[in-house]
Amino acid sequence: MPKLSYLDAINQAMDQAMEKDNNVFVIGEDVGLKGGVFGATKNLYNKYGEGRVIDSPLAESNIVGASIGAAMMGKRPVSEIQFAEYIVPATNQIINEAAKIRYRSNNDWDCPLTIRSPFGGGIHGALYHSQSIESIFCSTPGLRVVIPSTPYDAKGLLLAAIEDNDPVLYFEHKKAYRLLKEEVPEEYYTVPIDKADVKREGSDITVFTYGLCVNYALQAAEILATEGIDAEIVDLRSLYPLDKETIINCAKKTGKVLVVTEDNLEGSVMSEVSAIIAENCLFDLDAPIARLAGPDVPAMPFSPPMEDFFMMNPVKIEEKMRTLAEF
Amino acid sequence: MDVKMPKLGESVHEGTIEQWLVKPGDTIEEYDALCEVITDKVTAEVPSTFNGTIKEIVVEAGETVEVGTVICRMEVEGEASEDSNDGTDEQTETEVSQEEQPVKAETPISNEPQEGPMNNGQYSPVVFKLASENNIDLNKVKGTGNLGRVTKKDILNAIENGVSTENTPSKQVDATSEAITENTVQPEPETTSLPGDSIPVNGVRRAIANKMLQSVHEIPHAWMMVEVDATYLVKTRQHHKSSFKQNEGYNLTFFAFFVKAVAEGLKKYPMLNSTWAGDEIKIHKDINISIAVASEDKLYVPVIKNADDKSIKGIAREINDLATRGRQHKLTSQDMQGGTFTVNNTGSFGSVSSMGIINHPQAAILQVESIVKRPVVVNDMIGIRDMVNLSLSIDHRILDGLMAGEFLKYVKERLQSMTIENTSIY
Repeated sequence: MPKLSYLDAINQAMDQAMEKDNNVFVIGEDVGLKGGVFGATKNLYNKYGEGRVIDSPLAESNIVGASIGAAMMGKRPVSEIQFAEYIVPATNQIINEAAKIRYRSNNDWDCPLTIRSPFGGGIHGALYHSQSIESIFCSTPGLRVVIPSTPYDAKGLLLAAIEDNDPVLYFEHKKAYRLLKEEVPEEYYTVPIDKADVKREGSDITVFTYGLCVNYALQAAEILATEGIDAEIVDLRSLYPLDKETIINCAKKTGKVLVVTEDNLEGSVMSEVSAIIAENCLFDLDAPIARLAGPDVPAMPFSPPMEDFFMMNPVKIEEKMRTLAEF
Repeated sequence: MDVKMPKLGESVHEGTIEQWLVKPGDTIEEYDALCEVITDKVTAEVPSTFNGTIKEIVVEAGETVEVGTVICRMEVEGEASEDSNDGTDEQTETEVSQEEQPVKAETPISNEPQEGPMNNGQYSPVVFKLASENNIDLNKVKGTGNLGRVTKKDILNAIENGVSTENTPSKQVDATSEAITENTVQPEPETTSLPGDSIPVNGVRRAIANKMLQSVHEIPHAWMMVEVDATYLVKTRQHHKSSFKQNEGYNLTFFAFFVKAVAEGLKKYPMLNSTWAGDEIKIHKDINISIAVASEDKLYVPVIKNADDKSIKGIAREINDLATRGRQHKLTSQDMQGGTFTVNNTGSFGSVSSMGIINHPQAAILQVESIVKRPVVVNDMIGIRDMVNLSLSIDHRILDGLMAGEFLKYVKERLQSMTIENTSIY
């Protein structure tokens, strides 16, 4: 199996989806000739032409709005929002239209739309290019929100998102694009879109996280293993809806839970994970649920020391994991 | 002159003194055996490298120490006066040796309660739940968490190993999950006043206990059993038995036929010939079959290497050789290494059904039970057949019922087709 980066895996998924189904098309800013600002849609324009790889105007509500219309008429659009921050102008289309079409039409219509967008910091992107905005969409029934943590999952989840008959928001951690590499099967495959995944089994503490933090937590777990601390690392993969069954089982297993996100502490997806555990696992808990997240400040700063202060890293996670294990 | 624990094979870090063959004051020559040391499952004698007199035995029989630890001191010829004159050196050496000696429970166990509380009295919901479900007095559970808090692991440990009672405050082993590799031999405090003998656990028994515990702790076992019609096999073996003994000088056992069939089965289903290694499953190329050889209170597991390359005769010869040397305690560590699958001849002591504990880190173990004559239905008629049960325990992380079943089915078919005409012994 060839080793693919997280970015190459995303590119390959779109290529294979377009090859398999003529109804799949890509739309977004600079996705065509340029191949995307990060290169996620590289070569697709040459291979499938301007009819299926569409350079859009600088108007996110338009990108999503046009995609919703096409999806309702039987197409399977993959819309790219260049940076996750810029999705906000399109939230009306996403939350009020895409999410509600099936419900509003009593199942007569559906909206098989996939929206891809890079999120996350640690790349000196400052205010408009570093944020985690997933929690905006994680309380809207009718939407799915997924975030892959590995190249394998990136490909399989994107193909599953495109196959899904409802709108799926697919956020990609931009720092992971070239950082994470692993062997990825060349053939078409999907990863279940609503299942969390235990990335490392352990018996002392359970860490729930997603995105790039999964890799950071795994690094921390390996270091702690040398000290005799055995951590279980659970990748949520699906942020909305959450895989409650896996969350409850994994929390009960060790009784010591740490939730980690790069998003701001309050009101993040992890707040909901904590609530699920508090509601279902009281008599199996051995410690208060611990949270590790970005501070509640408006944005990730540009200044490197301040960015480090905001951003998650393996050392911060390791320290928090150790404290919990020793509790 | 200090005599140290020798390194008896690669990846060996410690050894247990099985017994001393000399005592202080004995005069010995170079190459005389000093003591027997056990590592894993092998016993070896430690020869002296000097001529001299035994001065002091530092590590008592039954104790486990790391390679390189001083186990006894000798007065070597021509060196005696120098040693005894050097008083200061002597003293420091003695201090060191005292530190190295594992704490033994010889000191009278006091009946006084331990000083201070065992924990900080703050209990989490899961600790409360486990304590009440198992009727455990939390005041008596030692807390190893932050500020002396009782953790879930502490309470699980207390459930498994018991908490101290008023009469016998037990020494709670530190909850660092090292129970398996615990190397000091700590006699359990007596828990009852019932009469009876107590046998110290050391040597091979301790090695067996640790290995079994490790296997049961780490490997999720599952097992299944098939019934094999061995009528043809019995006839075939009967046919060759006396001429074989005459020609070769040793017995043609049923066991050799079973090992042969298993080796063929492993060739076809290599997943059973594998090892769970955390992130991956290692499938072994060589088919090396461990067989259990019991003698008195000891159990050895020597290996028939590359069993798939050998004929039934070749396997029979090797079984005969390994079993003979096992009974004479002459197996070396080489004989025990590299096993990838175990076949256990439980039938030899009359068992008809048993569940084997996997020989860690292998993936499975097969128990060959007694061959017994039983009435069975063949072609809708009742006939008397020689029947034998094969019980397979599998590592359920590696193998599922389907694969195990297919393997057993294959081995069964192989055995059932071992007729005189189509079975070659050589």
